[in-house]
Amino acid sequence: MTQIIDRPAAQGDSPEPWESVLTPLKTSVSARPVPEAVEMTMVAAINRALRDAMEADDRVLVFGEDVATLGGVFRVTEGLAETFGADRCFDTPLAESAIIGISIGLALRGFVPVPEMQFDGFSYPAFDQIASHLAKYHMRTHGDVNMPVTVRIPSFGGIGAVEHHSESTESYWLHTAGLKVVVPSTPSDAYWLLRHAIDSPDPVIYLEPKRRYWARELVDTSAPAPPIGRAAVRRNGTDVTVITYGGLVGTALNAADLAADRDWSLEVVDLRSLNPLDFETVAASVKRTGRAVVMHEGPRTLGFGAELAARISEDCFYELEAPVLRATGFDTPYPPARLEKAWLPGVDRLLDCVEHALELP
Amino acid sequence: MAGLQAAPSVDLDPVRLVDADGSPTDETRYSRDLPHETLAWLYESMVVARDLDTEFINLQRQGELALYASCRGQEAAQIGAAACLRKTDWLFPQYRELGAFLVRGIGTGQMGAIWRGKWHGGMEFTSRCVAPIAIPIGTHGLHAVGAAMAAQRLGEDSVTVAFLGDGATSEGDAHEALNLASVFNVPCVFFVQNNQWAISVPVSRQQAGPSIAHRATGYGMPGIRVDGNDVLACYAVMAEAAERARAGGGPTLIEAITYRMGPHTTSDDPTRYRTAGELDEWMARDPIARYRTYLQTAGVLDDRLEQRVAARSHRLCTELRDAVVSAADADPAELFDNVYAEITPDLARQRDQLLAELAKEA
Repeated sequence: MTQIIDRPAAQGDSPEPWESVLTPLKTSVSARPVPEAVEMTMVAAINRALRDAMEADDRVLVFGEDVATLGGVFRVTEGLAETFGADRCFDTPLAESAIIGISIGLALRGFVPVPEMQFDGFSYPAFDQIASHLAKYHMRTHGDVNMPVTVRIPSFGGIGAVEHHSESTESYWLHTAGLKVVVPSTPSDAYWLLRHAIDSPDPVIYLEPKRRYWARELVDTSAPAPPIGRAAVRRNGTDVTVITYGGLVGTALNAADLAADRDWSLEVVDLRSLNPLDFETVAASVKRTGRAVVMHEGPRTLGFGAELAARISEDCFYELEAPVLRATGFDTPYPPARLEKAWLPGVDRLLDCVEHALELP
Repeated sequence: MAGLQAAPSVDLDPVRLVDADGSPTDETRYSRDLPHETLAWLYESMVVARDLDTEFINLQRQGELALYASCRGQEAAQIGAAACLRKTDWLFPQYRELGAFLVRGIGTGQMGAIWRGKWHGGMEFTSRCVAPIAIPIGTHGLHAVGAAMAAQRLGEDSVTVAFLGDGATSEGDAHEALNLASVFNVPCVFFVQNNQWAISVPVSRQQAGPSIAHRATGYGMPGIRVDGNDVLACYAVMAEAAERARAGGGPTLIEAITYRMGPHTTSDDPTRYRTAGELDEWMARDPIARYRTYLQTAGVLDDRLEQRVAARSHRLCTELRDAVVSAADADPAELFDNVYAEITPDLARQRDQLLAELAKEA
């Protein structure tokens, strides 16, 4: 015999106030004081950012497939479960839609989830949760509820991976209102963009360029890098502006070195944040050089280069000396590993575009 | 084999405390003894829900609402399930849960905003621990699981309830939600209103197992079938499941067998896929008529109660009509202002463009 609860049922018209159960969010990134910058890989920098964010705010939770015991397939989350316990860093069943779906419920109740999609190609099962719910929740609740969820996705190609492990997904997220999208290119930016993302009251898609996971750099965790929404000019030049992000920033810098031998001066803009977009920095550079080449790995059609080319032609048309050109992947599915090098935009494809832009009157 | 446990069995006969003719059943596992005040309030809520539902349909027919999804026939399931919960328990509704919204005291205008096309999701639902409505089928079960995981971490003894339909149980997200809920042993109750139809597709085309509740066995959680047109039975099984969840006993899958008496929405024509005879059969099991008879016999129903119910019904229907018809549309700027916590520069420019266009028109 089950006893029915005898308390009076929740009275719909009851005049007594409903206490808010939504925890207010903290809003500032607190820099962690360390005596000096430390050299680390991008993997270590992301791990450090997660660790510091979890230390700074006990509402931050890290979860996904193989992130706890194993420490992630790239060891990005190594040691977090040991340090912060199974309530704050845990393995989920193998279900990407669920990983994002539970993030929404956790955020609704005041937590700050940092879920991992194990690989770019496996974020697609979560697309509905991201596009239909995560991105729209703030809007659908008329601004009552924030969704401070940072979705980490090891992304892009260039590491000789098997199928579905090298996708460029940014255009899907950029076409979804309500998401912010950031892509670090260096360990230092990886640290700070992740800290800013976790601190943001909005959902942020954080795309990690796998090919730069093992790049090393001095990372100063006490000096905050520019916030989300700001680009960085990585190299100053006068002839052509190269606009790119993530793993291809290094490629563009290498190309700029080679271009210098041919007396072409390239300016390299690292977007860092694709939405919000720092178009002011892009426009200022293009107005100076009069020429722009956009580079990204993903297919050309409706890639972010298409949007940038349109924006540049709208805002910088009278300063342009040549059409905006795109050095991108092709409109094919991502190739098998043995064809990857040929398929991906590299120094040569970029310099072909530069040469073409300079040849035009 | 180590780790394997005997699966809990699921009873194919639904729990029923009050028969279709209004007489008490011989069910002894659950009690129907609620305080008179609660018995009366359940009745009031069901009648008001049906009247409001009818007023919603009228407003749609009069061109005041774009669309409406009627809950007619499902009042007992929704009100029984919602009424036994605490107001700090979070509800994750679909779009047909007027009965549950009423229990939570969500204003008629706050619900009406959805169907009027004023704002998506409903207004200020979360202030009543109700998530915004979910229109993509089955997706919000995972939100309920996440919120239940939050309750665990906050050390609360609150529960979350996902309102799903029979069609929703075919979705992959419903499977993921049930599975995660069980793996993490969260305080989440899945309340499936099996109203026999997912638009035009009958439940027999959604699944081939013995019942929806039987799936619980595979997830390692209790599965219960309940007469969804019996408000006391729905109250009792939900109360039991919620208490188990509060005590750390994990999730439960409840299948409430009911019937969608109206069309899927005001845009649907059910005569294309179901017979009038079927509707008649279910009309004979009407949740309100049955409960009314039961209350008469129990001596709870009197003229004073009927008058109280009629007065509240009239008040809320008038409120709804006023709220819907007189409500100003949202300011177009709100479209842009609520995308992010703080508007981005690009969106601010787009907002200004739209406002300039509108100013030019005006």
